[in-house]
Amino acid sequence: MTAAIVAEGLSKKYLISHQREVPYLALRDALARGIGNCLKAPLRPWLRRSPELIREDFWALSDVGFEIQQGDRVGIVGRNGAGKSTLLKILSRIVEPTSGRFSIRGRVASLLEVGTGFHAELTGRENIYLNGALLGMRKAEIRRKFDEIVQFAEVERFLDTPVKRYSSGMYVRLAFSVAAHLEPDILIVDEVLAVGDITFQKKCLGKMESVTGGGRTLLFVSHNMSTVASLCNRSIFLKDGRIAMDGPTDAVINEYFAFLDTACDLSDRADRKGTGEVRVTRISIRDQDGKPLNAIAPGQTIDVCLAFANTSGQALRGIRSMITIHNRQGQPIFSQHNQLSDTDYGVLPEQGEFICRIPRLPLNSAFYKLSYTISGFGESIVHDQLADAIEFKVAGSGFFPKARAPNNHYGQTLVDGYWRIGEPADESGKPTRPAEA
Amino acid sequence: MRELPLLTIEAGKTERHYWRDLWRYRELFYFLAWRDILVRYKQTVIGILWALIRPLLTMLVFTVIFGKIAKLPSEGNVPYPILVFSAMLPWLFFANAFSDAGNSLIANANMVTKVYFPRLIIPASAVIVSFVDFLISSTILVGLMLWYGHQPDWKIVALPGFVLMAAAAALGAGLWVSALNVKYRDFRHVIPFIVQFGLYISPVGFSSSVIPEQWRLIYSLNPMAGVIDGFRWALLGSSSTLNRDALLLSTGIILIMLLSGFLFFRKTEKSFADVI
Repeated sequence: MTAAIVAEGLSKKYLISHQREVPYLALRDALARGIGNCLKAPLRPWLRRSPELIREDFWALSDVGFEIQQGDRVGIVGRNGAGKSTLLKILSRIVEPTSGRFSIRGRVASLLEVGTGFHAELTGRENIYLNGALLGMRKAEIRRKFDEIVQFAEVERFLDTPVKRYSSGMYVRLAFSVAAHLEPDILIVDEVLAVGDITFQKKCLGKMESVTGGGRTLLFVSHNMSTVASLCNRSIFLKDGRIAMDGPTDAVINEYFAFLDTACDLSDRADRKGTGEVRVTRISIRDQDGKPLNAIAPGQTIDVCLAFANTSGQALRGIRSMITIHNRQGQPIFSQHNQLSDTDYGVLPEQGEFICRIPRLPLNSAFYKLSYTISGFGESIVHDQLADAIEFKVAGSGFFPKARAPNNHYGQTLVDGYWRIGEPADESGKPTRPAEA
Repeated sequence: MRELPLLTIEAGKTERHYWRDLWRYRELFYFLAWRDILVRYKQTVIGILWALIRPLLTMLVFTVIFGKIAKLPSEGNVPYPILVFSAMLPWLFFANAFSDAGNSLIANANMVTKVYFPRLIIPASAVIVSFVDFLISSTILVGLMLWYGHQPDWKIVALPGFVLMAAAAALGAGLWVSALNVKYRDFRHVIPFIVQFGLYISPVGFSSSVIPEQWRLIYSLNPMAGVIDGFRWALLGSSSTLNRDALLLSTGIILIMLLSGFLFFRKTEKSFADVI
């Protein structure tokens, strides 16, 4: 076995500025600062200090090193901002590391975004050529694989339609299909499968698995642990720009969930909606004794706790707190809110926790996501809403005291049922034979 | 298992494979140019005719203003429209190539942040696009020459050299501005200014012969003055003369612009994805 990627001490530093946001630096600012400093120097003692831009180093990645063998399929997991994308960008040679080095063996194709370089005005056919060339394919190579690409993407009929008229699913399928036919030695994929329908997602996963067949290497970033678990034999867990764990996928995912559970602080989530007058700052799942849970078993009685801060400064009444559990494909499994059990919180305190007790959790072993919505009186005002706030894993047994639950292919919810043999009955349900006394 | 090439990237070290990468991605020059040309005339009714209308109308306006109203002299007995158009061609080529190349990196920001390829390809293919426009609008010049019965002599063989000079000038300036534009968007506003200003200080609407002799050398500090004079010299026959010193000066300035532009571009290239 030879190493496909060897990284040593990779670090990436960004300068971040506080106080005000600078989308881009204007020359005027640079000049003004330069000239201003020259002019001010002799006058400095007499000048009041003006508020300066506070600049701070931010290490998106620090001292990351690993070795990946040819044919390895490596998942990279971690929370938002843990440095996953930065790592992929460095390995794809899009950004330069601040320090450190890496060696990479063979042709690299990176899919950091679906359909990079796709031009909305161009037709599907034209975009296949453009995108292929952008990803490093030769014209002759694209021509040779053209039919295969089109067939995989299932867009035969729309080849000569501008992609701006495509549905988002078609667009994604076409974009992924081009990339999947690259035949790179190393494929780098960043969270692109989060789009498209389930059938196509499965097809893509299958393609990726076959792509990584003949000694090819895969680097795969995802928040979706079940995908990582099914695709990758090894995983790297990044935490605050450092490698927290590197090893077999199962072990890494367990570690990741253990970490998530103790620290699902939501204060840095920017993708929420709503007025923000009430904000959920932290979510934890605890057992009935209030002990935080690392592993949740089917049938366990749990408390889903949403810590909130009410900054409205008003007496908020009629608050509704709702949670929805989705499976990993994003389909809702169930929802629960306080008004279902006729609970009125009265005037909301400034701080506290919405706690939802779920007796005998009816979920089969799998990965799930939790979304919540905190809305005001009559649901007309959404205070805080966050999709996929946390992800959690249900595993083990316990719902059925005497038996194992059916495999989750047979269903993701578990229900009680009581079975017996009855007498033969006619269509109306009456016994055909008189019951024996 | 086949032997795969090994690539090592180290922080702060310049890449040794740049030229090899450029060669490997050579088809991308073509594809990016092809895309821009395709996109430009999508959903237009008269399509490629737009490449003809703009220079034609500008030529008419210049002929009327400089030739008829200001009554500036032509070179020898060359019809004024041909005098103007033989300069309009290289000027529009330069102006379009320069402004497209200058804006090209920001216009393709999503590619820069998501895919690796030598960034030099982006401004270079913008120059290629303008070259195609140049070829299309040259047909107008051919038409004008047929109309007026003007026949160029042997000097026309030098024309490709002057086209190359215009391309080099546009690429050199474009490399500078596109790289600066990534960090300082001010240059987005500088580009139209340079283009507009340049049209009047370059001998487009008039012949360089109207410039007093003692100013000619200083006038040639504008590299496009040399290119335009060269175009006229190659196309207008014996009535046009070429000032050798002025031409050498223009060529030198263009070479300096191109080389420094390339070095500056290479130096800043690695941080494009971080700051764009």
